[in-house]
Amino acid sequence: MKLAYWMYAGPAHIGTLRVASSSRNVHAIMHAPLGDDYFNVMRSTSERERDFTPVTASVADRHVLARGSQEKVINNISRKDEEQHPDLIVLTPTCTSSILQEDLQNFVDRASLSSESDVIPADVNYHRVNELQAADRTLEQIIRFYMDRARKRSTLDRSVTDAPSANIIGIFTLGFHNQHDCRELKRLPGESGIAVNQVIPEGGSLKYLKDLPRAWFNTVPYREVGLMTAAFSEKEYGMPYISITPMGISNTADFIAQIGKLVNVWAFALPEKRLNYKLYVDNQTKFVSQAAWFSKSIDCQNLAGKEAAIFGDATHAASITKILVKEMGIRVSCSGTYCKHDAERFNEQVQGLCDEVIVTENHTEVGDTIARIEPSAIFGTQMERHIGKRIDIPCGVISSPVHIQNFPLGYRPFLGYEGTNQIADLIYNSFNLGMEDHSLDVFGGHDTKEVSTKSLSTDRRDINWTPEAESEPNRIPGFVRGKTKKNTEVFAKGNNISEITIDVMYAAKEKSSP
Amino acid sequence: MKTLEIPTFECETGNYHTFCPISCVAWLYQKIEDSFFLVVGTKTRGYFLQNALGVMIFAEPRYAMAESEEGDISAQLNDQKELERICLRVKDDRNPSVIIWIGTRTTEIIKMDLEGIAPKLEKQLGIPIVVARANGLDHAFTQGEDTALAATTHRCPEYNHRTTNQQKGDVVKHIVVDVVSDDKSLDEGGKSNRCNLVLFGSLPSSVASQSNLESRRQSVSVSGWLPSQRYTELPALGEGVYVCGVNPFLSRTATTLMRRRKCQLVGAPFPIGPDGTRAWIEKICLVFDVKPDGLEERENQIWKNLSDYLDIITGKSVFSMGDNLLEISLARFLIRCGMVVYEVGIPYMDRRYQAAELLLLQHTCEKMKKPMPRIVEKPDNYSQVQRMHELQPDLAITGMAHANPLEARDIDTKWSVEFTFAQIHGSVNARDALELVTRPLRRKSDSVLGLDCRSLSRQTVDV
Ligand code: SF4
Repeated sequence: MKLAYWMYAGPAHIGTLRVASSSRNVHAIMHAPLGDDYFNVMRSTSERERDFTPVTASVADRHVLARGSQEKVINNISRKDEEQHPDLIVLTPTCTSSILQEDLQNFVDRASLSSESDVIPADVNYHRVNELQAADRTLEQIIRFYMDRARKRSTLDRSVTDAPSANIIGIFTLGFHNQHDCRELKRLPGESGIAVNQVIPEGGSLKYLKDLPRAWFNTVPYREVGLMTAAFSEKEYGMPYISITPMGISNTADFIAQIGKLVNVWAFALPEKRLNYKLYVDNQTKFVSQAAWFSKSIDCQNLAGKEAAIFGDATHAASITKILVKEMGIRVSCSGTYCKHDAERFNEQVQGLCDEVIVTENHTEVGDTIARIEPSAIFGTQMERHIGKRIDIPCGVISSPVHIQNFPLGYRPFLGYEGTNQIADLIYNSFNLGMEDHSLDVFGGHDTKEVSTKSLSTDRRDINWTPEAESEPNRIPGFVRGKTKKNTEVFAKGNNISEITIDVMYAAKEKSSP
Repeated sequence: MKTLEIPTFECETGNYHTFCPISCVAWLYQKIEDSFFLVVGTKTRGYFLQNALGVMIFAEPRYAMAESEEGDISAQLNDQKELERICLRVKDDRNPSVIIWIGTRTTEIIKMDLEGIAPKLEKQLGIPIVVARANGLDHAFTQGEDTALAATTHRCPEYNHRTTNQQKGDVVKHIVVDVVSDDKSLDEGGKSNRCNLVLFGSLPSSVASQSNLESRRQSVSVSGWLPSQRYTELPALGEGVYVCGVNPFLSRTATTLMRRRKCQLVGAPFPIGPDGTRAWIEKICLVFDVKPDGLEERENQIWKNLSDYLDIITGKSVFSMGDNLLEISLARFLIRCGMVVYEVGIPYMDRRYQAAELLLLQHTCEKMKKPMPRIVEKPDNYSQVQRMHELQPDLAITGMAHANPLEARDIDTKWSVEFTFAQIHGSVNARDALELVTRPLRRKSDSVLGLDCRSLSRQTVDV
């Protein structure tokens, strides 16, 4: 058992449900007790969904415990089949089914005999994978199911489209800015002469999955979900894929260069002449995206050398780290992710870009690290935003988990060229907010503000400050106040001093100044 | 006399959305200030809590998950050792006066013996450990509070005359502070000694003291609350103590109080709405043989103050999908306000515990010349949505999973959870309750959208 207050990635079934409810006309039936259908609330409120979330529970109650849920699950499947005629019903296990060790495959086999819809059990192990891994797996499972079936029935269309085209894999419900990213992503290859064949799973219909191989290649914008599907299509159907996330100017350029490489392989077969991707990138970078110009401007110069801490999922944390360091000259003191399963690759990507890498699912560890570093700005999830609030450091939200305010109605992609603009704003505003606060402090604006100790751990403090000493740090500008205070405490501890007076403060200061 | 329309109860499939009973932690930890809640379960539970509680989670709450891992489930790890380790940490970090373990379905299914382990750890750690099994393979939302309170009941001190008289001193002092302006409170010390009335149900402290005040006005003083503001102040229980519930979902607590602690249950309607509040007090007065004073005028006055809201809702229809067990009392109040209630969904209906409330509902329907609503236990949300399409109610009281989709289909909705968290008890808060009910209706008439935005969904109606 472990003591936990907060988790970054949800339980496995959430991932399965997110994928299932993103495709058109797919219904998920959860094998779960009453109250576990909280997913519907999340989707309906956070995404402000207009339609009923296609997820129902096959409620596991006492009755089920005594006799098993076979009949009930099967009845629920047939009922959904009749009521709503979905193309596919995904039977979704929860921890309950994993504890009860029921044979879902067997239920599914029986239910499919009488049902018009296809029925599959989501093949995820509750205890071994989290939300993101489960989503990745479920997506692959569904695609595999339909592509393999089409192949068996020889309806699979393997002739590539005449003009170059791509599939976009991994856009789905409750994803961080996914809807906006999707729009931007469609535009990105579109402008460089490439059509979008299909977007999966969001809004896609299973009927068309047989046409997936018609695309020239796949793109997987987010590392967390879609890679398994892409790898499967490469292995079984020979489709190449691009797994670069086009976030930030240089990543986007790399992304387009990859497209160029893949497309120009076929150049001889193209009716028109080769596309010049370099020219396109150049033009976009200089004039469509403001980010390149921004990094040259005086504003950005002022940010040079400032410190930031970054935490989030692997995709966003790595990309933002790269943007801050390479495109804006900001110093990243710490970059981290909660995607433990992708740690190796994450390390590789941020290698050399930051002072410290942290891979953990424990938010207190993240909080304590940030408190120790005291960056000028944080870029993280909602959790880091709240950490920032407590220790008075501005935070820009760059990754799930998020709240409803991170599902903006306005157009806010993180990917592509428009994405670079949005990110530049986000970063600049976060830093600026902090600076404004500090200059107010310097000019005595906030002199009643309480001293922040900038520590998040629950350690009880065993050091006392005398009232005079306590008020002393208030005369120091805010942005160094925390550090001064902490240095003093460290000094006191080191010298076995239990009460901090003004004298102790100055002694500490002497010690620490060069 | 015309015979009353007898309520008929239907029972559907139980396929409905509700919160898991462990969500009671959210308000109970705030109510019992020196407590710590430890939810023993899997990730699903924790994820639910953190999403359901939103911002609260960041405020260093006094609750946490003991998250079971694969090893726990296959019983490789020793449950007791694991819980001991975790509780020790909680003790060190927060030093609570009580740790309340909330058992979940996981502990239920794998038959973790929380009740057996608790007394051992309690001795070892020197902190009381209360075990509440949300035991809820079939329990909903607010019933979580019921299990927690029922478990706490056993920890209340035994009632005997000497100790209670001492305590009484404190209580009276405390109440006088609340009602300085009320001259009656000072001259009836003798009378109040006769009644040992403990109210059960967790209400925000301001609402609790309003209720104290209301009954005080009738010379009945409340000698304690379950739960109290602090664990260390739990009320004394035993023979000779009268207990009365303030919420409709506390049937298990009521039973425990009667059977295990030998208390006398005052079966009354619940103090929701001015009508409910009056009936509630009247019943208490009856039990203590006190003549109620000025209740009718008081109720009329309150209705008068509500007239602007009543104008908005009179004649409008409501469909309540059901998820928190407040539904019957709320329907009764709304009918008294002049609304027509088509259907009352309710997760679970304890006809004995809610008997007085049901009776009041019947009387209210008759008085207001409104049909008795259809009462559906364990409703089926899918069928309910179908029925709603036919009935086209003016307002649906529903969970968050259905609210936006219904709005997109031009049915105004009110989130049912708000009734759980808002202050709706007592005459004073009747306005707040109506404020909630009328909000969607007011918004509509104010709407400036000239366009036809009646249906904003592309999905076909029958889905
Ligand atoms: S075992 Fe799963 S379904 Fe059951 S209570 Fe725990 S989280 Fe919920």
